[in-house]
Amino acid sequence: MSLRHMILYIGSITLIFLVGLIIQDQLNPYILRVIINTGIAIILSLSLNLVNGCAGQFSLGHAGFMGVGAYVSAALTTRLFPDSLFQTIPGTGLAIILGGIAAGVAGYLVGLPSLRLKGDYLAIVTLGFGEIIRIVFLNIPFIGGAVGLAGIPLSANFFWVYFWVFVTFLFLFRLIRSSHGRAILAIREDELAAELMGIPTAKYKVIAFVLSSFFAGIAGGLFAHYQGFIDPNSFSFIRSVEIVIMVVLGGMGSLSGAFAGAIIVTVLPELLRVFNSYRLVIFPLLLIVTMIWKPSGLFGFREIWNFFKRAPKTS
Amino acid sequence: MQLLLQNIINGLALGSVYALVALGYTMVYGVLQFINFAHSDIFMLGAFAGLYVAGWISGIFSPTVEFAIVMSASMFFCVICGVLAERVAYRPLRSAPRLNVLITAIGVSLFLENLGQIVFGSDPRVFPSLLPVISLLEAQDLVLNNIQVIVISVSAAFMFILSYIVHRTKIGTAMRAVSYDIQVASLMGIPSDWIIIFTFVIGSALAGIASVLYGLAYPRVDPLMGVMIGLKAFVAAVFGGIGNIAGAAIGGIILGLAEALVVYYVSSSFRDAIAFGILILVLLFRPTGIFGTMQREKV
Repeated sequence: MSLRHMILYIGSITLIFLVGLIIQDQLNPYILRVIINTGIAIILSLSLNLVNGCAGQFSLGHAGFMGVGAYVSAALTTRLFPDSLFQTIPGTGLAIILGGIAAGVAGYLVGLPSLRLKGDYLAIVTLGFGEIIRIVFLNIPFIGGAVGLAGIPLSANFFWVYFWVFVTFLFLFRLIRSSHGRAILAIREDELAAELMGIPTAKYKVIAFVLSSFFAGIAGGLFAHYQGFIDPNSFSFIRSVEIVIMVVLGGMGSLSGAFAGAIIVTVLPELLRVFNSYRLVIFPLLLIVTMIWKPSGLFGFREIWNFFKRAPKTS
Repeated sequence: MQLLLQNIINGLALGSVYALVALGYTMVYGVLQFINFAHSDIFMLGAFAGLYVAGWISGIFSPTVEFAIVMSASMFFCVICGVLAERVAYRPLRSAPRLNVLITAIGVSLFLENLGQIVFGSDPRVFPSLLPVISLLEAQDLVLNNIQVIVISVSAAFMFILSYIVHRTKIGTAMRAVSYDIQVASLMGIPSDWIIIFTFVIGSALAGIASVLYGLAYPRVDPLMGVMIGLKAFVAAVFGGIGNIAGAAIGGIILGLAEALVVYYVSSSFRDAIAFGILILVLLFRPTGIFGTMQREKV
């Protein structure tokens, strides 16, 4: 890592911290809430983008991994070690990372067998795994069962959420430009050809799946420690579909698209509150219309910075 | 022993409903190669259509006639919705990648669910008991009533009709041709767009029948009822080998039986997990289902 990058990263994190300090008290709590929820959504859509967009697989069980992260981290801070270092801010951070690791392990266990399948079958198996994870939580009384788990310390704030948004973005940004990332993209373009070029496709698919699950778990942990309450229904099939909508709307395989999709899916329903319950119908319509008229989503495979790049070349 | 028998009867009744819904999935998959997620919501709309029609005509006719009218109305409504979904959402995507069609199907499904919650309200309603419940057989623990018999026999009858249409009529032959290769079928003069619509007509009609039968046996109707039933019916279709009509019917019945037995012997909270457990086992060990044929990937 060069000095320039180091300064850039530390500068960005400081900026997030300062912005967090300012808006934590100044901003309307409702708007702050929407902004934080958007941050969590961005982590989810960025991470799903790695599997659905970059690797070209189709996972429909992302909410399940988010649930693993949320439940593991919340169980650590609330049930297993209620009066320990997990109550402090770094302790919660550690719990959230452990939740992410647990989600990554779950992703490995799910991905290893199911990534032999393709397309619709993979979608339906990941959906099945997501639902099974949810049903397992439903049947463990220790973490609340169907009632849910309440009293989780509210330690996730603007800074922590956007810190993780930054980390996720940076990680994926660097990953896609590495040789490992190129291998993952090659699988999307043509799996058979990639295999023939000597890329261990199975390995890279599992890597993509595990990383994606890890970040989903982080998002889950942040969600749990921001809401203070989780129940199995927070991680249902509908939530997975919501994340898929973010990725598809933004453009599969585009990081800026993942940002745009997450912002649209989280903020638009708030703006549409005037339409009351009809806003629920607008979303699916948006999805259908996007698929028919702009199947590649808002950004397609492109990134926002590519739009500006071309200008000097032609002039 | 009697309890086991009772559970088998319950499982058969549930399984035949799954089988009817699974047929709709498998036929659309056979022709267009995508999972019609909206099929489960067509099922839900059928149940609501039945509920409203039963309310309007209650007391005018004898129970049997009423049952027939409600069922036809529900079938009719489902057919309209199914064909509309095909025409508006799926046809523009005929040449698009399969993933796009799959996402559109999820969109249509969410649209119908959310619209259902607005139009019908999200509270569960009670499906009217169209037919008086007559107990046919009562031993100590074993109860067999006419509803269970009707559910099983009506679904069996429609499955035979379907099998006749697909294997013995001209339009059925055309359907099989389209599912084999849509382009070659078009070159042979088969109007593939009409055959696809016909496939949706049959699938949706079966969903309508299934919804009324389900309403008779489990009189609880709400806008999200289709989600779980749809997923399980899809599992049944995959289990039998997707695209295979006999497979879907058998898969549905096996799934219903498995669910009834799990609820009885293990716990009712695992009733939804068993379907997915079966799904995962099938896909891992025999991805093409029990009756499916292997397809080799071509370069």
